[in-house]
Amino acid sequence: MQRFRLHQGGLIDRSRPVHFTFDGRSYEGYTGDTLASALLANGVHMIARSFKYHRPRGILGAGSEDPAGLVQVGANANETDPNMRATEVEIFDGLETFSQNCWPSLSFDIGAVNDLVWRWLPAGFYYKTFMGPPANWMFFEPLIRRAAGLGKAPEGKDPDRYESQNRHCDVLVAGGGPSGLMAALTAARSGARVILSEETPLLGGRLNALDPSETSINGKTPREWVAACEAELAKLPNVTVLTRTCAFGYYADNFVALAQIEQDHLAPAARDAARPRQRLWRIRAKEVVLATGATERPLVFHGNDRPGIMLASAAETYLHRYGVKAGNRAVVFTNNNGAWGSAFALAKAGVQIVAIVDARPAPEEALMRQAASLGIPVHPHATIVDTRGQFRVKTAVVRRLDGHRGVSGEATVINCDLIAVSGGWSPNAALFSQSRGKLRFDAGLPGFRPGPSWQAERSAGAANGAMKLADCLAEGAAAGADAATKSGFAGTNPAAYTLQQPDAPSYNGIATWQLPSGRSASSTRAFVDLQNDVQAKDLKLAVQEGYASVEHAKRYTTTGMGTDQGKTVGINAFGILADELGKSMQEVGVTTYRQPFKPITFGALAGQHGGALYAPRRTTPMHDWHESHGAVFEPVGEWLRAQVYTRPGETFASALQREARTARTSVGVLDASTLGKIDIRGKDAREFLNRVYSNAWLKLAPGRCRYGLMLKEDGMVFDDGVTACLAEDHFHMTTTTGGAARVLNWLEEYLQTEWTDLEVYLTSVTEQWAVAAIGGPKAAEVVAAVADKFNPNPGNFPFMSFREATAGGIPARIFRISFTGELSYEINVPASYGLALWERVMAAGDKYKITAYGTEAMHLLRAEKGFIIVGQDTDGTVAPDDLRMPGMAKTSADFIGRRSLTRADTVRKDRKQLVGLLTEDPSVVLMEGAHIIATAVEPVERPAPALGHVTSSYKSPNLNRSIALALVKGGGELIGKTVYVSRKGADPIHATVVETDFMKQVGSHS
Amino acid sequence: MLLITCPHCGTRDQSEFTYGGEAHISRPANSETMTDAQWAEFVFMRNNPKGVWAERWMHASGCRKWFNAVRDTSTDRFLAVYKIGEPRPNVTAAGLATPSGEPVIGSGNDAAKVMR
Ligand SMILES: [Zn+2]
Repeated sequence: MQRFRLHQGGLIDRSRPVHFTFDGRSYEGYTGDTLASALLANGVHMIARSFKYHRPRGILGAGSEDPAGLVQVGANANETDPNMRATEVEIFDGLETFSQNCWPSLSFDIGAVNDLVWRWLPAGFYYKTFMGPPANWMFFEPLIRRAAGLGKAPEGKDPDRYESQNRHCDVLVAGGGPSGLMAALTAARSGARVILSEETPLLGGRLNALDPSETSINGKTPREWVAACEAELAKLPNVTVLTRTCAFGYYADNFVALAQIEQDHLAPAARDAARPRQRLWRIRAKEVVLATGATERPLVFHGNDRPGIMLASAAETYLHRYGVKAGNRAVVFTNNNGAWGSAFALAKAGVQIVAIVDARPAPEEALMRQAASLGIPVHPHATIVDTRGQFRVKTAVVRRLDGHRGVSGEATVINCDLIAVSGGWSPNAALFSQSRGKLRFDAGLPGFRPGPSWQAERSAGAANGAMKLADCLAEGAAAGADAATKSGFAGTNPAAYTLQQPDAPSYNGIATWQLPSGRSASSTRAFVDLQNDVQAKDLKLAVQEGYASVEHAKRYTTTGMGTDQGKTVGINAFGILADELGKSMQEVGVTTYRQPFKPITFGALAGQHGGALYAPRRTTPMHDWHESHGAVFEPVGEWLRAQVYTRPGETFASALQREARTARTSVGVLDASTLGKIDIRGKDAREFLNRVYSNAWLKLAPGRCRYGLMLKEDGMVFDDGVTACLAEDHFHMTTTTGGAARVLNWLEEYLQTEWTDLEVYLTSVTEQWAVAAIGGPKAAEVVAAVADKFNPNPGNFPFMSFREATAGGIPARIFRISFTGELSYEINVPASYGLALWERVMAAGDKYKITAYGTEAMHLLRAEKGFIIVGQDTDGTVAPDDLRMPGMAKTSADFIGRRSLTRADTVRKDRKQLVGLLTEDPSVVLMEGAHIIATAVEPVERPAPALGHVTSSYKSPNLNRSIALALVKGGGELIGKTVYVSRKGADPIHATVVETDFMKQVGSHS
Repeated sequence: MLLITCPHCGTRDQSEFTYGGEAHISRPANSETMTDAQWAEFVFMRNNPKGVWAERWMHASGCRKWFNAVRDTSTDRFLAVYKIGEPRPNVTAAGLATPSGEPVIGSGNDAAKVMR
């Protein structure tokens, strides 16, 4: 039973009723309704509680401007959407919606106790509490967390799909109202590529809220004219019309982001799984037309926040767009002529207008006569001083204004169930402001409107301060012509139109930022921000406490900082601040408008980049083998690498111990394909290497390899790796897996910008080569079987050398290098043969019980040998000497970072140096990152003075004990001494400082 | 997202480029004779003006070439782009000094400016 639904009218589909629930109660509406219009049709006004005081909140607006009518949509904990505006949620069969920020229920809410203590929750309450003594915060934090809040975030993984799309266009028109339609038609007819975006489901904007019997365009009703425009635009191949699409961000160089709702409004059964839920459009437009309309302002008076108090234009929208009466007995409260039209429209639809209260001393004669003819009592030069009604407004108390910021005369008490308010209109200049255009105060509006543009855009219609339909149509056409012309379609003429409309006085608003109530300032509760519960007196308090800038006052009071971005707040707040500061509106200015214009889902912003597509994932040619052999993968840079291979019955830890043991006792093989590889050629390649590596490279002979360290100019280690000399002018460089791109960029930068005289060519060949690193006592036997007619014995093939060979006919490069300290060979083959090589190695190693080992065993094996991993044992503050590696800084020539190695700070004796640590108790494995201290007892001093930290720590199966690497202040001097490793909730662990090569000092493989 | 003109390829989205900081800083050839302070000046210190300056960009997702640009940091307008090795063109900011038309020193917000 939709008690407040009119028998006819509205743009809803009465043949398709819809059933939905709000807080468990079932209601009926029609297809085309929003949650707000359907609830209003059922007489439900109170739908929410406010953020701070938990005051009852109703429906103020009819679109994205509505401040506080926020609901939770969807019962499924994984899919539920919090903080959705009831004025924007389209209903469908089975839709479940809930009130939020209240407990146990909307009508009986414990949190409303905040409202009883409101005197003690003034502006800046949170700020003062948080900035005060810590005990305040400790006491209030749990209370505040529970009491203040909005909806519940979904719990699980987002089940929906999102997409994003890039587009170029000649003309982007933001806003599909009368101005936007004229602009789009004009530009489209010129042949320009046009995109028209409209935030709501229907084109037409304010036309949808007009009485269809009173206005005609081109001889058609407003709705018919909109339909004709839509049909024409749909036929043009150069036009894209996007409804349910909000232009939410205007960025540099006419880059505009749009968020499109594709399926939120459909019942789950009607959704197309092949289509995304929402889509992000990233548009680069040559020219932009901003036709984003205007927002009606509420009036700031005592008791202005009850459910049933609504913008006059919203009441008119519910009437004509949705066929819903927002009430039966309405008071219309205004400071301009526009709301008189709303009053007459409501009266015509059968709403009893029990009063028009106008704050202006002398409303227009013509309007007074029309009101009299309809029997509407008028209270000129008056204000509402109070309202009553717990969950819905029941009465309004009216008194005369005395012209001196006060009230006088008798109070008139008027019974009503709706107060339609209008404080004038503010152009929606958010996008204009985001484009870095400058707003100007227009005293005629009064309000801020677009001034000089910064980017290639222009505003048209209500967004530009034009409040008459005729002006909107004309400005829209002119803006479309200008945009098309400037985007290269010269000579475009504005589209023509004819308009018939009854004569109405122009809107003639006055500045009424707040209204007196005759009450003391401290007992007045006049709300400026209905979502964040900011009252006029909070702004005054902010000024008194010294927050003189509008930006500071906004933050101190949280004015306009809710999810509505303060669309109905701004000018009233700026006006109150201007009054309080005794400054002009232009002087006070506006706060910065920021993207997004309204809340956008993270899903839409993430687009396709979720789950497996979150980031590019690179796999090696051997990946399938790893996968089918129990590999546990870990991301390393963009690569997925096998971390360990678990066999049946093995845990991660036991598999790791087996792999690391076998690699030292028999033979192991590592997929090292991910190592960065750079092919370096050119007559100056050798000189180039000598400049980028800290050690010497001029004498490296063809067929030989060398380990090198790369530094940044600050002298700190940046990357390391082995580079082989293939020929006098040809080298094969390897980098760390994660550093490959960084190193290539770094080398390119120096070649292009510093050493342009060097003839060197760099090519990334990381993905061209697949690499199997075979190591262990039986490695030579395996390599002999893998390679064709090749003698890998150390006597024939010395350490740090390189040979070309074939392996089963596959061309191969074999390097005798080692990252484990064992006899090792790295066989490189063209990537497409990677799996074939791998399987050949596994077959050849079978009789030695070869094991594939992953990155975890690789880390362990290299730590046993004291080899570093850049980025784990170094952190950008470690110079070559800090690693205690001799011979890594040549003196024979300059290299990147050289001069920094003799800086006073780099040669400090107490720099952190890399050392080994052996715990007193060999079974204790230190925690990586743990702090190292000098005392056996945890010091009381905070922060505790630390000597350094543990960088790598493992349980070594080959040494049968724990080992760790650490950066310790003056570590080289501490060899043999005891240090202490801090831990939480227990005494520090005793450890001895040792050299980093554990294999050498701990002795025989056990 | 800015539009940036690569002198080799033409105008592309900012997402194709990486930034390289201040331009026209040469690596000293005589570092061994420099004081710590002089060397630190080269390694660590860069200008950060509000206004016109020269900076380096690299067309990472394109031709991968480094180039220089003159940009007005108060407006984000590119005033010139030129190849490595070419001298800095003599250009100055044209038109409004900043989007809001205020002097190049100070906040972009009118209110903050008036209130100060
Ligand atoms: Zn390029």
